[in-house]
Amino acid sequence: MDVKDARARHEVLGLTGEDLLRMHYSMLLARRVDERSWILNRQGKAPFVISCQGQEAAQVGAVYGMRPGYDYLYPYYRDLAMTLFLGQSPREQLLSVMGKREDPNSGGRQMPGHFSARELNIVTASAPVGVQYPQATGTALAFKVRGEDGVVLVCGGEASTSGGDWHEAMNFAGIHDLPVVFLVQNNAYAISVPEKAQVAGSIAGRAQGYGFPGVEVDGMDVLAVYEAARGRSSGRGGGGPTLIEAKTYRITAHSSDDDDRRYREREEIEAWRLKDPIPRFERYLEEIGVLDAEAREEVDARIRAEVAEASRSAEEAPPPEPEDALGPVYAGR
Amino acid sequence: MATKSLLQAIGEGLAEEMRSDESVMILGEDVGRAGGVFRVTQGLQDEFGGGRVLDAPLAESLIVGAAIGLSVNGMRPVAEIQFGDFITPAFDQIVNEAARFHYRSNGAWSCPITIRAPYGAVHGGGLYHSQSIEAWFCNTPGLKVVAPTYPADAKGMLKSAIRDPNPVLFLEHKRTYRLLKEDVPDEDYEVPIGEARVHRIGDDITVVSYGFMLHTVLEVAEGLSEAHGVEAEVVEPRTLYPLDRETILRSAKKTGKFLVVVEANLTGSVAGEISAVVAREAFEWLDAPVMRLGAPDVPAAPFARPMMDAFVPDAAKIERAMLELARY
Repeated sequence: MDVKDARARHEVLGLTGEDLLRMHYSMLLARRVDERSWILNRQGKAPFVISCQGQEAAQVGAVYGMRPGYDYLYPYYRDLAMTLFLGQSPREQLLSVMGKREDPNSGGRQMPGHFSARELNIVTASAPVGVQYPQATGTALAFKVRGEDGVVLVCGGEASTSGGDWHEAMNFAGIHDLPVVFLVQNNAYAISVPEKAQVAGSIAGRAQGYGFPGVEVDGMDVLAVYEAARGRSSGRGGGGPTLIEAKTYRITAHSSDDDDRRYREREEIEAWRLKDPIPRFERYLEEIGVLDAEAREEVDARIRAEVAEASRSAEEAPPPEPEDALGPVYAGR
Repeated sequence: MATKSLLQAIGEGLAEEMRSDESVMILGEDVGRAGGVFRVTQGLQDEFGGGRVLDAPLAESLIVGAAIGLSVNGMRPVAEIQFGDFITPAFDQIVNEAARFHYRSNGAWSCPITIRAPYGAVHGGGLYHSQSIEAWFCNTPGLKVVAPTYPADAKGMLKSAIRDPNPVLFLEHKRTYRLLKEDVPDEDYEVPIGEARVHRIGDDITVVSYGFMLHTVLEVAEGLSEAHGVEAEVVEPRTLYPLDRETILRSAKKTGKFLVVVEANLTGSVAGEISAVVAREAFEWLDAPVMRLGAPDVPAAPFARPMMDAFVPDAAKIERAMLELARY
């Protein structure tokens, strides 16, 4: 920010107080839904949980400018805050966590975190890491072939940049100047493997080799990520592809089946908790007079009640019927 | 109606689909100016432009992955894998992605893509321009695998594949590209996926075959009829997955003697699946054990001619197998 610019950071970005409260709400809602899924797991009601905690700012900042149902999102398994922001409900995600029949992501077929919402252009995700990148370039190419201004946001962790699919997609996006934003949420760990054993050089720096901009941003700062995504995403920006490396941190273990005490120190986690993106954003909101402590408690109470109700309702929802396993295998013409 | 080779019929099918549906596009290696290494897409970039006939980077996972993404956003892409042998980098995108889209999203998404891949042994092809890859993909619910052998079938099935809302792997045997010409209708028509074709009627034995082997089987069948009075019924599956079990079983029950002839390695092959179906469902009609003839379980057809000829079943081996079955 220009030091002579007396405006607050969000004003420079063209964001209103209402925008900021919406961002805050989305981040906190994702955190509370995520926490609730761990409780359901510990209660034996959810066999597997994978978490977004620590990455809410990176997710909400990147997705905030998207047009649901027009632009496309290729999420990865931690992008809970994105899917909630785009319009999936806490109940829907908790149905998924408990493998219920009504689960809109997969009808109880996939693990939680394998998001899908056709009407919101959230493209069905799977477990193999990195496969979404070539697909995202194809979706962006379709916009280009038809001369439309849509944008594709595709996400992964830092380990998703190690395989060939990421590089093949970066190359293709560069060749055809495709409207695609690659968001790498570098949360420092791929299960147990730390970034230094995963990543050579800089992820953001690799974009230069493919002929388009790459930026490294503080992934714990929602406004910084928003600025990077909004300012550089194609379509509205008129440019080609962009790579954003959001430096963030995975606060929880990899999943509910992982014990991270085997490979990282508690002190390290505690140090990162001090940079938790939600309290950090709340300090900014208080500073600029948009959300004081009392209002914050009110929002949190409202979210907690909403999540508790969603959880209760999802718990009561029926499981799939055994014969649901038999289809649908093929789409009809 | 004009006579056309398999290669011309496929090229014509692509052009017609692109003319009638703007969402149909082609991507693959050398498909543009060069018209493909086999010339299947010759002239298409001139007619439809570089945007719809797109020379892709040499990256098969990207080619199929991008095709999936195009289909997500309203397109009907035809991805070309230059040689079936090079499809393995795209295995994840085909098997774990395209074939799973519909089931894993509980029917919300589908993946209407066609993947064309030339396959099969050819002189001078060596280990990596010769393989029969169909078995790798015929264990994948959600995917359709077709392998038409004759030009008119190929054009009609290509149209069905492009119009199908599911991913279709479209296999073309390289040695059948220019092997013969036949009448190919000019008007728009489809040959449905999932229906086998009976090429020759006979009462004594049933032989199921496809690709280059089918041509050899049909030649041998004529010879056996003249020399020995053995009348073989010859059935081509045309779709390898899911199989047209009814047509295959109807013939097996009629003749009571059943043989599958393929160019692929036998163990774990499509021939194994067809045999299992017949062994179970036609058991009480059979007068002989279900038989199979294929390539030995060595990695692939070698480069040098004597070794390649030893690998691919020839007319003499096929005749021996058919006679053995007839005399059983």
